[in-house]
Amino acid sequence: MSILTMWKLLLQGFEISVLIFVVTLVLSLPLGLGVALCRMSKNPVLRGITKVYISVMRGTPLMLQLLVVRFGPWFVFKMKLDDSYDIWAVLIAFVINYAAYFAEIYRSGIESVPKGQYEAAQILGFGRWRTFFAVIMPQVIKRVLPSVTNEIITLVKDTSLAYAIGLIEMFTRAKQIAAAETSMLPYLFAGILYYIFNYVVAFGMEKAEKAFGYYEIK
Amino acid sequence: MEILRIENLKKTFGEATVLSDISLSVNSGEVVSVIGSSGSGKSTLLRCATMLEKVSGGSILYAGDVMCREENGKEIYSDKKTLAKIRSRFGLVFQNFNLFPHMTVLQNVTEAPIKVMKRNRAEVEAEAMELLEKMGLEYKMSEYPCRLSGGQQQRVSIARALISKPDILFFDEPTSALDPELTAGVLKIIKELAADNMTMVVVTHEMNFARDISNRIIFLDNGKIEAQGTPDDLFSNTSNGRLREFLSSFYG
Repeated sequence: MSILTMWKLLLQGFEISVLIFVVTLVLSLPLGLGVALCRMSKNPVLRGITKVYISVMRGTPLMLQLLVVRFGPWFVFKMKLDDSYDIWAVLIAFVINYAAYFAEIYRSGIESVPKGQYEAAQILGFGRWRTFFAVIMPQVIKRVLPSVTNEIITLVKDTSLAYAIGLIEMFTRAKQIAAAETSMLPYLFAGILYYIFNYVVAFGMEKAEKAFGYYEIK
Repeated sequence: MEILRIENLKKTFGEATVLSDISLSVNSGEVVSVIGSSGSGKSTLLRCATMLEKVSGGSILYAGDVMCREENGKEIYSDKKTLAKIRSRFGLVFQNFNLFPHMTVLQNVTEAPIKVMKRNRAEVEAEAMELLEKMGLEYKMSEYPCRLSGGQQQRVSIARALISKPDILFFDEPTSALDPELTAGVLKIIKELAADNMTMVVVTHEMNFARDISNRIIFLDNGKIEAQGTPDDLFSNTSNGRLREFLSSFYG
């Protein structure tokens, strides 16, 4: 196999990796906010459920969660799901896992906003929603961006866990080629691609931090 | 005209009684200062009057509108609409300014009237600029609060409170977070407001200032009104032992 073919095959897998990354991010970021709000809710049932959910998501390996989502339906309900379910299983597992992590990041951010901000908003007659979205959230986003960046970088690398259920993303592809060609090169190339991906992510997040920190002295 | 009336106000936090049997009224154009040592309940009194704390007993009325009252030993707050109306009548200036850091000076002042009161933006901005000019800060309109000194931030927060043309303005230790140099600028603004007949209740540790601007001074001690009267009554001729003790700690 020529090196060019290797790159081609890896890039096909890379597309799937990017897909997992993008979908997970787009869904888990807002979902995480919802979870955070439930986690801080006055309703003890809602709070309890989200607390357990977050605890389980953070307390067990993502790879195990992935296997449960992929094969659980069959073992528990005898549902027959073919290989086309693989990608769905990955997306579901990743979204619910990352939403839990993001929820805790949001919560720390929301709780770090001084009480005086809520009080000033209340005195000015802001309702609950306006207070949250116009006063609190812009400050929360700024505060949580560094932690979110960390999570996002981890997510890029975590996409390789899809290997556990045989979904052909970049890492699975690299492993296949490496085995077939008895060569280390596919791993090297995949590593380069992961690195470039994360480099771009870090660069973008740095820009975002600057953009959202517009109101602080540089 | 009576703007604020508080009757038999009581506030407890769990077992601790922070305020008890507070009755006072503030008339239009009056400047009332509240003094007393830390922990005497001054700030809690303001926080109760501005709905930042729920009261435990007694009643609060704004120009005849009931904010809360006690009925058969239970404290009842009026409906949302009445409370919103009452809230639009007062302003509060915080010790720590509590400006919104992500909004410019101008946005801080205009956000509430435009978004909450749904007033015309151009009109509100013109009024805001007038107020900022009065505060000597019109040139800072596009800056974010972090670029302002504490004194400047406090003056912006006064402008933010004034733009809704409140009937009464509360100050919760407006200069306690400022160094002496910056304090002067803020006190000057409050004096100017007093000269314009703004109705104000000022919680303060600045004794000379309180003496200077107040029509009436209330001395709180241990959650009770220990003494009240004109500045002369309290500063020169008081026979109240507790007040003397308190004042002597300021004047030596």
